[in-house]
Amino acid sequence: MDYHINHLRELESESIFIMREVAAQFENPVILFSGGKDSILMTYLAVKAFYPARVPFPLLHIDTGHNFPETIEFRDDLVNKYGLKLTVGSVQEAIESGMVTEEKGLNASRNLLQTAVLLESLEKGKYDAALGGGRRDEEKARAKERFFSHRDEFGQWDPKNQRPELWNLFNGKKSLGEHFRIFPISNWTELDVWQYLAMENVPLPSLYFSHKRKVFKRDGILLADSEFIFKKPEEEVFEEVVRCRTIGDMTCTGVWQSHAQTVQEIIEEVATTHQTERGGRTDDKRSDTAMEDRKKHGYF
Amino acid sequence: MTNQHDNQSIPQHTYADTELLRFSTAGSVDDGKSTLIGRLLYDSKSIFEDQYEAVKTASERRGEEGVNLALLTDGLKSEREQGITIDVAYRYFSTPKRKFIIADTPGHIQYTRNMVTGASTANVSLILIDARNGVVEQTRRHAIIASLLQIPHLVVCINKMDLVDYGQEHFERIKDEFEKFASKLDVSDVSFIPISALKGDNIVNRSKNMNWYEGPTLLYYLENVHIASDHNFIDSRFPVQHVLRPYNDDYHDYRGYAGRVAGGIFKKGDEVMLLPSGFTTKISKIDSFDGEMDKAFPPQSVTILLEDDLDLSRGDMIVRPHNQPKISQDIEVMLCWFGQDKPIQIRGKYTVLHTTNEVRCLVKDIRYKLDINTLSRNQEDKSLHMNDIGRVVLRTTKPLYFDSYRTNRITGSLILIDEATNNTVAAGMII
Repeated sequence: MDYHINHLRELESESIFIMREVAAQFENPVILFSGGKDSILMTYLAVKAFYPARVPFPLLHIDTGHNFPETIEFRDDLVNKYGLKLTVGSVQEAIESGMVTEEKGLNASRNLLQTAVLLESLEKGKYDAALGGGRRDEEKARAKERFFSHRDEFGQWDPKNQRPELWNLFNGKKSLGEHFRIFPISNWTELDVWQYLAMENVPLPSLYFSHKRKVFKRDGILLADSEFIFKKPEEEVFEEVVRCRTIGDMTCTGVWQSHAQTVQEIIEEVATTHQTERGGRTDDKRSDTAMEDRKKHGYF
Repeated sequence: MTNQHDNQSIPQHTYADTELLRFSTAGSVDDGKSTLIGRLLYDSKSIFEDQYEAVKTASERRGEEGVNLALLTDGLKSEREQGITIDVAYRYFSTPKRKFIIADTPGHIQYTRNMVTGASTANVSLILIDARNGVVEQTRRHAIIASLLQIPHLVVCINKMDLVDYGQEHFERIKDEFEKFASKLDVSDVSFIPISALKGDNIVNRSKNMNWYEGPTLLYYLENVHIASDHNFIDSRFPVQHVLRPYNDDYHDYRGYAGRVAGGIFKKGDEVMLLPSGFTTKISKIDSFDGEMDKAFPPQSVTILLEDDLDLSRGDMIVRPHNQPKISQDIEVMLCWFGQDKPIQIRGKYTVLHTTNEVRCLVKDIRYKLDINTLSRNQEDKSLHMNDIGRVVLRTTKPLYFDSYRTNRITGSLILIDEATNNTVAAGMII
């Protein structure tokens, strides 16, 4: 008798269990969709969890206005393919309305502004659970995150006072005005994600695959050149064969020299790499506890 | 379309048969737990250069000698400031054979609740003993928690062998001492490995300093310990999690019961009984996104369809007519109290989460408090404060369908929620 499943199927089963638990325990959940592989995976798992019924959650995309155009195109295709509902929270509009103020200077990024727009969008949509693609292997503050992560009425995370999570019993009880962040793929690593996407043949944005792009170097990181980023005069733009390991805002997502053109080649690259995927994220490098600080205030 | 990349004709990659193993560790600052985890991650090449550089920089900034691998596991600002692990941290590494999830928990008695949390899903409990000190109070506490939480396998690492000249007599003495104590516990599979986490002896590579030891290295043990039968494949239990009704033309009569198999094996055509109604029917289909399945077993998430249209919703359970769980409103549990604000209240009312079911309960009696350093039962002081464990009697508003925790960790476990604060205040293992 062989009743055993491999680690990818076990992770899949765990994530599907979480998604169904969210549908059962919350009234108005939403998937936070960034356009990256983790939120694509999450959406795909949601489709699986509720098949043949439709995914009972809409997608919410916080658009910084600085996205790679490929991200937006891919997002719209995905929404059409699975008959999903999409809501966009616009950082550009928040800046224009004066709700938030744009950062200035060399490393200016709209990353921090996303938090305010995210919290406002959650409030506006009256969402009581927001599913995010955060993984515990990504970053040390995320390693402490629960599957069901409680947020107070200000959207804040209190890492020292989290609810214990045992077995597969998830406590989604909350008071009025509070909400939950849900992380269904907490236990997946970057390699697991790629192996699974390969196994399931899930389509991905072209940004993840090797392509030629105009880039420049800052603090040892290759950044994509775009109209949204300020360059010092000595920062020279050149063409390089690169791919993205994470996809975020164009102003803070580093690109990597790579010739990986298929998921299989990416898996080989990830399996032998010496740098974490967020090693190219300038938003994490602002301080040693940059992620924890942002998360406490309501970041993804 | 140019924007989508089709990954056609991907060859079956080498990791397709990798199993998942979850293990928990508990320990305090000095026993080398962080060094051990750092060593496992480092020697299995799971630490990245930028992580290592960040830890190195942080160590230098704190004025520490060498690279403090503990900083890899202690992620929160307050943990780093105090140099302690407060919360459960999850760590990941993999080898071609297995993917490992480490639940890294603090070892001090004031963090018992974190240890219990980390142990709740573990296949293996890793217990560290300092070879210079032998079995101490903390060792006993960790072993008792592993036994209470029914972790199937225990691996005792006798660490810092380099500080006792790699002497076999130290190892044997501590092993005897532990075995004598463990005979009182409910653990069946215990292994002992002499190691030095600092020097790397018997972690990933065999030690050249301990030729007298013929057993496996720690990594070999973790890669090969038999976990295939850690789930219950005998007693069929399917807690209904969610009902799927597509409401569209293709599936207008579709009514699927979504859930994760908690025990046993379900097959198409099986005669099943529904709880609490007691009606019997047959499984007409086991469904998934990837198509129909001929059987389902733990820990698979599937959708079950039944031949008859019967009343069945979230919190109910599908079982076999000749193998039913216990059904009762009077539940005896070993309870670990988590609540910070208040101790357990006799006659107090709490919300119970058990499988996918939610009921309310009344605390009827506390039979005794367990001393988790000695296993002795205290019938004088029966108050349960944060981190205390005791045997408690609950009366629920509606019957639960359960098995003893010993038989099934899923259908035998429950949590209590404080109805005023919504906090999870206790974890219970049904006796």
